[in-house]
Amino acid sequence: MSRKRLTAVLCAAMTAAAALTGCSGGKPDASSKIVVGIPQDLEDSLDPHEAVAAGTKEILFNIYEGLLKPDETGELIPAVAKEYSVSDDGLTYSFILRDAVKFHNGNPVTAEDVKYSIEKSAGMTGGQSLISAFSNIKEVNIRDDRTVDIILNEPDIDFPAYIATVNAAVIPKDNDNPSASPVGTGPYMYVSRSPQENIVLRRFDEYWGDPAYIENVTLKIIPSADSIVMNLNGGSVDMFARLTSTQTQQLSEDFNVLEGEMNLVQAVYLNHAVEPFDNVDVCRALSYAVDVDNILELTSDGKGFPVGSSMFPAFRKYYVDLSDSYPTDPDKARELLAQAGYPDGFSFSITVPSNYQPHIEAAQVVAEQLKKVGVNAEIKLVEWNTWLSDVYSGRDYEATLIGVDASSLTATAMLDRFRSDASNNFTNYSNKDYDELYSKLYLTSSEEERTEIYMELQKNLADNAANIYIQDMAEFVALSDKYEGYVFYPLYVQDFAKIRLKDN
Amino acid sequence: MKGLKYKIRNNPELYAGALISAIMLLIIISGTIFSPYDPNAMSASDKFAAPSMAHPLGCDNFGRDLFARLSIGGATTLLVATLTILMSLTLGIIIGAFTGYYGGVVDEILMRFNDAVLAFPSILLALVFISQFGSGTWKVIISLGIVFVPSFARIVRGEFLRCRNLDYVRSARLMGAGDIRIMFVHILPNTLPVVLSSAVIGFNNAVLAEASMSFLGIGVQPPASSLGRMLSDAQAFLFSEPSYAIYTGSMIALLILGFSLLGDGLKKNA
Repeated sequence: MSRKRLTAVLCAAMTAAAALTGCSGGKPDASSKIVVGIPQDLEDSLDPHEAVAAGTKEILFNIYEGLLKPDETGELIPAVAKEYSVSDDGLTYSFILRDAVKFHNGNPVTAEDVKYSIEKSAGMTGGQSLISAFSNIKEVNIRDDRTVDIILNEPDIDFPAYIATVNAAVIPKDNDNPSASPVGTGPYMYVSRSPQENIVLRRFDEYWGDPAYIENVTLKIIPSADSIVMNLNGGSVDMFARLTSTQTQQLSEDFNVLEGEMNLVQAVYLNHAVEPFDNVDVCRALSYAVDVDNILELTSDGKGFPVGSSMFPAFRKYYVDLSDSYPTDPDKARELLAQAGYPDGFSFSITVPSNYQPHIEAAQVVAEQLKKVGVNAEIKLVEWNTWLSDVYSGRDYEATLIGVDASSLTATAMLDRFRSDASNNFTNYSNKDYDELYSKLYLTSSEEERTEIYMELQKNLADNAANIYIQDMAEFVALSDKYEGYVFYPLYVQDFAKIRLKDN
Repeated sequence: MKGLKYKIRNNPELYAGALISAIMLLIIISGTIFSPYDPNAMSASDKFAAPSMAHPLGCDNFGRDLFARLSIGGATTLLVATLTILMSLTLGIIIGAFTGYYGGVVDEILMRFNDAVLAFPSILLALVFISQFGSGTWKVIISLGIVFVPSFARIVRGEFLRCRNLDYVRSARLMGAGDIRIMFVHILPNTLPVVLSSAVIGFNNAVLAEASMSFLGIGVQPPASSLGRMLSDAQAFLFSEPSYAIYTGSMIALLILGFSLLGDGLKKNA
């Protein structure tokens, strides 16, 4: 694999090594602090069952935990639960709770709390559930004070992945207002929030697992992308995640720049319901016309991970490398266009949300490359809300350049949207073979067969050039050289508990 | 020659402004017509290339020739500003002429409406238009054009008000000239010095307005370039490649300087 991967792996290895050897018997640093810059305030809700924004959930990850949680390799590890088992019919999940888990208010976690949390998260006590798969939950039963059974209507092999999301976190039953006074079981506890200014977290010393190293974490809100570099260089912020390669080049030598992947699929998503994208030859022609390496070179100094289908490399066992499906070949592109009845090319518009600079830049390069085969792409910048309503919900567009990520660590999170009758199929992709393959997923519970189907589905998308696939974008994290131990996750998550002061 | 020297000493703004504007126009025209580069052609190997014989000002983050882009960007900005002013001037003269010449209730209503529009900051008003009709070069021209009408209408109305009872108008009326003829053949030429100098100042405002709107990302759409758009792009590289922002900023500053000196000079001449 690439060097990027290696960096991430090295980071993980270093953390593991340090956890085993350094830090003098696991004693966390006393009265240490770090200021982390974040691009937006946590405005939606601090209640884990109501948080929708990815930027909010990545912070809540430090405060809340579910019965299970993801680790940095993407595996699910037990958190509030010690272990779990599934009945033979795949309908009953039994979670045995860990003994020493305490909430931040000092109370132990009981089976009652777990039942309350799952039911609240699933929208069974009123309100809406943010996890659509939870509509499959029939009931939550307390078997004894350490065991909770979740009974499903239909088997769902991805169920544990949903249980591990922040939206299914365990919270105390007696907390009336989880949004105003968040109480969880995570390695950090909530101290205060000043709107549009900062959020303060403190280490939870009675955490059941390895305690966090740094005692005080302040999240400083820096809404203007232009002042991030100044804040970092000026010393008011010690860390900032998801920088562009341009921003990292302007950092002073006091910062280490770590490189990982954003875990999304950046592509020109085509609306297959409109002409000429209802013609597979046109889609293939455009895929041949676009030169991904050239895009990476021009927009991110060659950094990024080319992908050829709707799955990114962090999915490991499900991921098939299809990035070579359409090697750049303008002649072939012209030939296919002629075959499809467009010998002189055509014009279309690429809608791009105006707040995502990397997508705007990529769109400019794509437009320039398509010109060479006679296709004239006009870039249309729209506000994010307009994009959501017109493009994503309204499906009123020709093509859009955007990154699509996975809401949970399940392959279906990436592939479900290309079923012809999926409610979130914003590309209007409609392919009989794809639907047929997808329906087979429901008939098998063997993990190997499912993996096989996932791979076939990815190949189907690549073969039919469902979209002009570009890359999983490189992600840069700036961390002051006073600290170390930053860990990349295959999910949209920031884990502060693993960051520690460098010992000199 | 002596006459010219005297004229320059008497009104240095006019000649300095004309000189700067002429040089800028020359640069823009020569760059647009004679540059061997397609301003949108990208080249990975020329990314942030230093100034050289091939690229006199170097290249931007996509390896596009900066000189070609600055010229075409300046041309776009000038085109937007010119068409904006032409549009608002035409409408402003018509409204101003009728209200100033006839007065009365229609004048009152139109001018109060005018005051209401003037009360809004022009960029804010243009933003409202853009959010309603979408962005793009032509929409910027139309929205700015509408926004700039009231200021011209007010100036033209004032001039017409001043002139409508002057002797030459009266005698024209006695000779049987129609109202339309009096307005546009007799009065209008006499208001030109004032109107022209305000048009040049308005032109400056239009250049700045276009640059600000493109800077905010709601004006000219990429990959088309305009000076505001380029300045907004350059901002990301302010620390690593400051020359990009400096060239673009200087271009805007010089254009504005030239035209505002010209405007001042014209006013002085009037």
